[in-house]
Amino acid sequence: MKLSVQGVSFCYRSEDVVNDVSFDATEGQIVGILGPNGSGKTTLLKCLNRVLSPKKGTVFIGGVDNRERTRKQIARQIGVVPQSANSSFPFTALDIVMMGRNPELERFEREKESDLQIVSNAMKMTNTSFLADRPMDQLSGGERQRVIIARALAQRPQIMLLDEPTLHLDVNHQIEILDLISRLAREERMLVIIVTHDLSLAARYCDRIILMRKGRIVSAGDVTQALTRENMANVFSIDATIYYDERIGTHNVAVIGAIREGRE
Amino acid sequence: MATVDVASLQKKKYSRWGAIIGGLAIALFLSIVVCIGIGSVSISVERIIEVFLGGGTRGERQIIMNIRLPRILLGALVGAALAVAGAAMQGVFRNPMASPYVLGISSGASFGAALAMIIGISWLPGKFSIASMAFIFCFLTLFLVYSIARTKGGYVPVETLLLAGIAVGAFFNALVSLMQYFAGENLAGIIFWMMGGLSSTKWDDLLVILPMIILGTSVIWALSRDLNTMMVGEEHALHLGLNVNNIRVIILLAASLVTAAAVSVSGIIGFVGLVVPHVIRLLVGPDHRILIPASMLGGAIFMVWMDTLARMVIAPAELPVGIITALLGAPFFIYLIISRRRKMGW
Repeated sequence: MKLSVQGVSFCYRSEDVVNDVSFDATEGQIVGILGPNGSGKTTLLKCLNRVLSPKKGTVFIGGVDNRERTRKQIARQIGVVPQSANSSFPFTALDIVMMGRNPELERFEREKESDLQIVSNAMKMTNTSFLADRPMDQLSGGERQRVIIARALAQRPQIMLLDEPTLHLDVNHQIEILDLISRLAREERMLVIIVTHDLSLAARYCDRIILMRKGRIVSAGDVTQALTRENMANVFSIDATIYYDERIGTHNVAVIGAIREGRE
Repeated sequence: MATVDVASLQKKKYSRWGAIIGGLAIALFLSIVVCIGIGSVSISVERIIEVFLGGGTRGERQIIMNIRLPRILLGALVGAALAVAGAAMQGVFRNPMASPYVLGISSGASFGAALAMIIGISWLPGKFSIASMAFIFCFLTLFLVYSIARTKGGYVPVETLLLAGIAVGAFFNALVSLMQYFAGENLAGIIFWMMGGLSSTKWDDLLVILPMIILGTSVIWALSRDLNTMMVGEEHALHLGLNVNNIRVIILLAASLVTAAAVSVSGIIGFVGLVVPHVIRLLVGPDHRILIPASMLGGAIFMVWMDTLARMVIAPAELPVGIITALLGAPFFIYLIISRRRKMGW
């Protein structure tokens, strides 16, 4: 499934948050959208599944303009793992994952055998089956995040969007979640788009990087093409280098120091 | 690690729901039959059944069919309505403190009803005049409170919601008092209605509010899956393809309709919409597909007993049932505030 973003802009009131963004991506890839706070990453993500309607530009999924689909139809194509995983309600993990089938169900329709099968598989893939009858408010942050990922998987999406999936997690859970996501991208041939500001994790897990600053794309390409020393200085105001780390068999970023702003 | 069978968990859940609904329905039926027998003239269950089958003395028929039965059924309807409205509002606002009374919605509805009763203004003629005005003002009040309390992210903090409810409710209460002040000869009736009572119920009242309650409750129940998703978070619901804004307005309209129906016949009866969904949620969990119908039955049972209490406490005179629900409900509300202080959340 090909995703094509063409000239998308979005503004809150009169302030441009996303400005003329274009990129293409295809299945099996993990694309990282990186940028500092306020660079418009999350807004761009919400434009992709029309939770926000772009003021200009078009998003095509599999060659079809998003505006020609209903919100429910889009939810069958795109699963989202939002940033907020706070939950102080006693829905069980199974209840939550089952919600992923909502876009497919008619108003009074009960879940069919096939829906239960899909949910069961999603929970197996994310290793959450054993949590099925536990209330969400008793789970750890990492467990909860995995349940939300299972819910997105239960939508049977071809594209999965994740907004800062590791933000509130301990380091061991960060790695666990991203290992899971990259395995899913390969095995399920999904297109995965991750919004993050964690450079090391992006360098390690992403196939392609889109660097954003003030609503615009600064650089896009392979990890080594996008995360150059110059770009990272420009976007994040840090002195950092990317290198191949043979212990993890992929790239990593070493942050050497901060560059004081206002000095070029 | 034990593998959990999703299908059997799901099946277990549905059969549990069936048992809960069945149990509550039986409890409601028994409550109605028992409460028909209780009163200044007590009537045994056998006699009640006999009257239902077309027998009994004229006196018994008069008491049961024209006085107690309509009143008890109206009480059940009002209780069901307030409980469903409360459950729906708690879901929409993602806030366990919401209810028609606490948010001042009942006051708004009573203002609309009073306009129709005292001044005779309405947009529908005949027996729907009072209820229709109650509905309009109910929805306006609900929207006003919601607009005041809502923050940018769509989140509705408890504090602002309650404060907005207090302020708006006080405003409408003052308007109603103002009208009462100028009401003249109608005064006694209005005051008794305002205190929340079910006395002198006629079958006609039932016919007016029954369609409103059936319509409103069906709409809310039909949207219960969406309510579940919205409770997880507005953003989550959007990503699952829900049109959150539309659904929220529809549910609030339906909740207004149901509240207005209750207020137009029985005035302001507080705390039913707060207490009942809470207790039911402890029993059945947070899923609105079961919470809505179970609250409906629970509210009906609660109200039938409260009204019977109201008839009996100072017999042969009777209390407005609103006084009793407030006496029981207010301490429960305080308990909620205290327990919330310890543990944020539901």
